[in-house]
Amino acid sequence: MTGGPVLEVRNLSIALPPGGDRKEAAAQVSFRVGRGEIVCLVGESGSGKSVIAQGIMGLLPRTLGVTGGAALLEGEDTTRASPERLRQLRATRMSMIFQEPMTALNPVMSCGQQLDEVLVYHTSLPEAERRAKILAILREVMLPDPERMVASYPHQLSGGQRQRIMIAMALVLEPALLIADEPTTALDVTTQAQILKLIAELQARHGTGVLFITHDFGVVAEIAHRVAVLRLGQLVELGARDEVLKRPRHDYTRMLIGSVPRLEPHVRAADATAPVVLETQQLCKTYVDRSWFGKRRDVVAARDVNLSVRRGQTLGIVGESGSGKSTVARCIVRLIDPSAGQIRVHGEEIARKGRRELKSFRRRVQIVFQDPYRSLNPRRTVGEAIMEGPLNYGVARLEAHERARRLMALVRMDPGALERYPHQFSGGQRQRICIARALAMEPELLIADEAVSALDVSVQAQVLQLLEEIRTRFNLAMLFITHDLRVAAQICDHVAVMSQGGVVEYGPAEEVFLRPRHEYTRALFAAAPGRDFAFASA
Amino acid sequence: MSLPDLKHYEALSVEAGSVVRQESAWQRVRGNGAVRFGAVALAVLLAVAFAAPWLGTVDPSLFDAGSRDLLPGASGEITTLEGETIRHTFLMGSDSYGRDIYSRVIYGTRVSLAVGTCAALVALAFGIALGLTSGYLRWLDGVLMRIMDGVMAIPAILIAIALVAAWRGSLPTVIIAIAVPEIPRVTRLVRSLVLTIREEPYVEAALALGTPTWKIMLSHILPNTVAPLVVQGTFICASGILVEAILSFLGVGLPPDIPTWGNIMAEGRVQFIEFPHNVFFPGIFLAVTVLAVNILGDGLRDTLDPKMAKRV
Amino acid sequence: MYAFLARRLLATIPVLAIVAVLVFLMLRLTPGDPAAILAGDAANTEQIAQIRAGLGLDRPIVVQFGIWAGKLLSGDLGESFYYKQQVTALIAQRIEPTLSLAALTIVIAVLVSVPLGVLAAWRFGSAFDRLLMGFSVMGFSVPVFVLAYILIWLVSLKLGWLPVQGYQRLADGFWPYLRHLLLPSITLSIVYVALIARVTRASVLESLGEDYIRTARAKGLPEARVLVRHALANAAVPIVTVIGIGIALLIGGVVVTESVYAIPGLGRLTVDAVLARDFPTIQGLILFFSFVYVLINLLVDLSYVLLDPRIRY
Repeated sequence: MTGGPVLEVRNLSIALPPGGDRKEAAAQVSFRVGRGEIVCLVGESGSGKSVIAQGIMGLLPRTLGVTGGAALLEGEDTTRASPERLRQLRATRMSMIFQEPMTALNPVMSCGQQLDEVLVYHTSLPEAERRAKILAILREVMLPDPERMVASYPHQLSGGQRQRIMIAMALVLEPALLIADEPTTALDVTTQAQILKLIAELQARHGTGVLFITHDFGVVAEIAHRVAVLRLGQLVELGARDEVLKRPRHDYTRMLIGSVPRLEPHVRAADATAPVVLETQQLCKTYVDRSWFGKRRDVVAARDVNLSVRRGQTLGIVGESGSGKSTVARCIVRLIDPSAGQIRVHGEEIARKGRRELKSFRRRVQIVFQDPYRSLNPRRTVGEAIMEGPLNYGVARLEAHERARRLMALVRMDPGALERYPHQFSGGQRQRICIARALAMEPELLIADEAVSALDVSVQAQVLQLLEEIRTRFNLAMLFITHDLRVAAQICDHVAVMSQGGVVEYGPAEEVFLRPRHEYTRALFAAAPGRDFAFASA
Repeated sequence: MSLPDLKHYEALSVEAGSVVRQESAWQRVRGNGAVRFGAVALAVLLAVAFAAPWLGTVDPSLFDAGSRDLLPGASGEITTLEGETIRHTFLMGSDSYGRDIYSRVIYGTRVSLAVGTCAALVALAFGIALGLTSGYLRWLDGVLMRIMDGVMAIPAILIAIALVAAWRGSLPTVIIAIAVPEIPRVTRLVRSLVLTIREEPYVEAALALGTPTWKIMLSHILPNTVAPLVVQGTFICASGILVEAILSFLGVGLPPDIPTWGNIMAEGRVQFIEFPHNVFFPGIFLAVTVLAVNILGDGLRDTLDPKMAKRV
Repeated sequence: MYAFLARRLLATIPVLAIVAVLVFLMLRLTPGDPAAILAGDAANTEQIAQIRAGLGLDRPIVVQFGIWAGKLLSGDLGESFYYKQQVTALIAQRIEPTLSLAALTIVIAVLVSVPLGVLAAWRFGSAFDRLLMGFSVMGFSVPVFVLAYILIWLVSLKLGWLPVQGYQRLADGFWPYLRHLLLPSITLSIVYVALIARVTRASVLESLGEDYIRTARAKGLPEARVLVRHALANAAVPIVTVIGIGIALLIGGVVVTESVYAIPGLGRLTVDAVLARDFPTIQGLILFFSFVYVLINLLVDLSYVLLDPRIRY
């Protein structure tokens, strides 16, 4: 093993098929990864970061091709290697792990078999030795009961466990380079923290060079040694972590880092005399599994949830997946019926009302969903979408149209675009249209159910700012549901932390964030990547 | 803490540079090669069916004992309805009664296209009604689906044969006999569409906006079912034309006096070894027509509803 | 797993019951007197009256169904008026040719179509792929009997390699048995191959787009292994499913093929029975075919347990 860098990417260019956004997915990108070093490749969607990783491994889809430059893995150019040579290099000298552990493992092969494959096709070890190696690596990635793991199938494991198996497969032959393409994005905060720690430990122990691809600056702050920032295929900034994150030089990097919400809660004088818009008491939702065979399994999605939101204030519900936060939101909007408990909007009880009686209530509570690509009917114009609500309540068509125009301007979009269809807008724009649609009803309570989770950092910042403006301007009460602690810290006045269906902590944002009492809350904050890091302010 | 003023940096945002797809579904359909080919071929066939009397044909039921079993291209005599005898070139030969195969094949186009289209429309109509019911009235869903399973368990040809045998062959009977086995598949399709579309966030949003159920069905669910149903309808049409031919061939289709490609082949099969033209010409027309419809269906599916390829 | 097996087995019963009801109703829906229809065109009033009494046609319809269903469960499918034999006996006599034809067809079809489909998916967009898809569409579009005539004309008449029609029993010698079955099987398998190849290609293609294929390639595995152990293994369930569903097509095709090739099997019997309006036989055959179809699909569903560990555990 020579002393040079493990990976040297030199002026790498990868072309896109004709008719796309731009000509190249990656344009003359250069950077290095040294032995025992973690380099984070950061960028928003479409920046080309995944494409570069695939280019290095030789896994580009047929439509993309390397048009220039080189990717030198321990001095050997992988972009010019033959398919057979690439096969030899993979898993032995360079490995890759991917984003979705759910789907990255073959569902019909046992984990042991999938690990064994790597050894069978790259070494000539006899079975006993292979098995020993497999058990050893499973122990190293800290999976309990390796013998059982070997026999189990992917669907029997949790997301975190599957990702550990992926890491085991990648590192069993001790490659010099590990490429990790957003490996923790699909995992819960606490699991993410564990996986990040694992990768850092293994990397330090074996001296592996790691190219870590992510869009999350918190993760970068947590584990990177050096950072490379990509924008639309071009490398705009490259340097040591502290340099780039605290003293960014390029405009784009500064904007990106400025868009990252801080983990310190903002303090705003909360008006304790404002009227209570929403109040829930002992709200419960239980899903009954009525199957013919097997026992009747009840799933408690939400249990004894007590919340209240005042006018002009934002309550955040924070939790990991399965915590019940979305269930609570849906109960409040009455998209699903609560099993027990009360929901009061301006004092009026709505938990028990039937479909018809709910009509008058509906205009007071509106919701914005998570996925901007599925929240609008693809076959109707956005104008129709925004007008639908008012038209339902007898507003004249002309007036509804006027209202729609005003709202489009309010969400900073061109009012003339009402005649266009959803597919003609980007994700962030669609989300703004959804906000306009909700506001068309002139609600008193606006619920945002992970409304910014599917957006890129810069777009997310814009939408959050928009929501703040709207909240102030219309003096709305807002219920903000998220799994992202930074976002919650930025805009929430009060915070409720949910876990496994119950509220474990509830109070003003300052209290909850700075002085958490419940151990789950403390664990949650401890797991937030880069929490101690002071990013540059814009 | 206030957010940084981002207006200055909006131009740098990732979405500022991206080009969003502006092309509509209709434009994609028009550009697809398979759709073009199928549509053109079908247009030609429709034209032929429409213009049958003017394409050098005679009344398909006319015959002449003296012109029996002529080979393609031969010229012979034929007796008209008024009793006159005229000279006529039998472009595709004549059958054992002395009828002009060419005329029968051209007129047969009308029947086949009519049967296929009507069967598709009937199957779609019933399927949509049953599928919507099943998707919305959950208590009825279980029973309906079991019945559909039962109908699907009987091979389609057998249902068609049995129904025609029970009611005696006539145009409406054959159309219904072809449509009935197709109804369960359409029902399942509509039902699954209703169930999946109902879960879509934009339908939930409509609910939250206070939109009544009937309006949701009309404005949100139905428009998104049109594409897969059009594709399915095309395939039913192709299948219908084939089944009609098979029924006629087996002798349980339309009455022999109506010229259909299946009937022509059924009558001609006895003499196949010496006079293959009886079977080949209608066979070619049949194959080309069904092929055109199938290719059109494939093209429509690839452009309108790629997910459908997975639904067997 | 056991819950799955039990559920599948129990789900079959209502389906079979509904098939029985539908078949029962099909006859009752005819215009005219069912007894007269059942008796056949050549019966006299006395025979008709006998049948009416025997079927209980003067009793309420539910009771009629009960009587009929009772006979069904004891294996009595009634007596054919055309052939003057028990329907069950008729079926037993003619099952061998149909079974042979079907079996040979399935074997040929699966052996040919699955590898072709896998290759087409692997070489997606290539000339081979387009050719196979073109062939597949044509296989759907040309009716079985036209294909049959084309093949007969080509292979039997022009080239003289195989006999034109007819069937030789297995007991009379293997080679003649095979020779007579080959052309009909190939004819029938063309439609089946078109269907299975298509679905195989689509399934394998979908499988190849999944993340675990990317992982397998990133591990440096040889392409053949990726195709078979990773892609095909995951595509198996839809492929096996369509083989089961395709049996319905097969049964329809058998009816036509036996007609063209003059094979004295159940398909031929169906056509003859329909032409003679021999309702007991028609009913019996429909019930028989449906039951077989349901059974085969049940076996297919049960095989999922072997193919997909997510069902096992």
